[in-house]
Amino acid sequence: MFSHDIWVWIAAVLTLAIFSFLYKENPFYRFAEYLFVGMSAGYGLARVWNNALVPNFINPFWAALTAERGATGPLLADPRFWLIVPALLGLLYICRFIPSLSHLILVPIAIGLGLGSGMGLAAIIQTDIIKQMQSAIGDASNVAAGGWPLVWGIVSLVGVLTTLSYFFFSREHKGALKYSANIGIWFLMVGFGASFGNTVMGRVSLLIGRVQFLLTDWIHVIR
Amino acid sequence: MKRQLPLMIVLVLGIAFTVQFFIPSRASEVTYQTALQWWLVMSSFAMVLALGSLVNHHVLKIKRRKEHWAFSWVTLAGLLVMGALGIMGGPSVGLRWANAAYNQLFLFVQAPMDSAMFAILAFYMASASYRAFRARSKEATVLLIAGFVVMLGIIPFGAMLWRRIPDISEWIMMVPNMASKRGILLGIGLGSTATALKIILGIERSWLGGSGK
Repeated sequence: MFSHDIWVWIAAVLTLAIFSFLYKENPFYRFAEYLFVGMSAGYGLARVWNNALVPNFINPFWAALTAERGATGPLLADPRFWLIVPALLGLLYICRFIPSLSHLILVPIAIGLGLGSGMGLAAIIQTDIIKQMQSAIGDASNVAAGGWPLVWGIVSLVGVLTTLSYFFFSREHKGALKYSANIGIWFLMVGFGASFGNTVMGRVSLLIGRVQFLLTDWIHVIR
Repeated sequence: MKRQLPLMIVLVLGIAFTVQFFIPSRASEVTYQTALQWWLVMSSFAMVLALGSLVNHHVLKIKRRKEHWAFSWVTLAGLLVMGALGIMGGPSVGLRWANAAYNQLFLFVQAPMDSAMFAILAFYMASASYRAFRARSKEATVLLIAGFVVMLGIIPFGAMLWRRIPDISEWIMMVPNMASKRGILLGIGLGSTATALKIILGIERSWLGGSGK
């Protein structure tokens, strides 16, 4: 009746160990929790190594070091060789563990922040502000669509503006701003409700998946 | 100097790559791609910092025999086994047995625990919605009704109750939900733009640590 596969048993026991938390915290849950943290960190390490460091640094850098120089010019002219610079800068993160040098960690952080802010600034304005506003106004002014789509487009634009007014804290919420912010709250609540519903259904489908695994693959009750 | 140099780096790189976005040339695109690759290589090393902190925390816990210290061995073993097998089985080393073991561990240990961890949240969400309903405010009621209709709209049982429920669910998703999400996204966009500008210009300095001065 039960599965003869050791891996299925391991998965089933760990699943039950995690579900045991619904009763109360216990050593089985704690074992699974600590194992999950460790394995997730190990998985993250392997992914960074295999998907980021190897293709973007180790392979091209090694290729630059071992290439026949006659064909590709001097080593210092090879852009792949200069990948050593971000690698050395990245190593400055380790200075965090050396008290006398810990301030050096600010260098890679500053480079990351500078690049992130600079590259992100225009992209954010384009995607999160202009595109969203374009879509909201476009739906509300699409007279060609007519009828209900146009009405819902206008309702949607009102929703966007009132939601924004709720987050406008430079003025006290009095008078027209108060009414607008109150309408914004209703839109926000419907939005949060919809997100809540979607998230619950996502979690329930995960639960169904685990129960199905236990009943089908482990104890073979369902075939 | 310890604080001035990082601030200068942020200012120069921030302005340079904001301007770069508006320069449509091959050199500009190459600079962007190179900077992106350099950033990826550099930020990969931040993993060392994260793992160092995790290992440090658990080693100290074991040394000082803190509460539940024995379980810290489990975390360290999980990290070592999964990390080592992942690296040995990856393209850089290419050991097939390590890759097979890594895949088995992912499929039968990591993935089931991941699903189970998130699945138990379904029960806590049910209890949270019960508490929200007990609050009896108009807003909480609207939230729960919207959530309930969206849930019914996703499953076939909703259409069995009333054939219009999937349509109402879709309307909630496409009109009020979309409006609030757009409002939130616009707020995030404006906030992110302001924060990016504050970082570039050195007004926001909390990332320097301490008081940022």
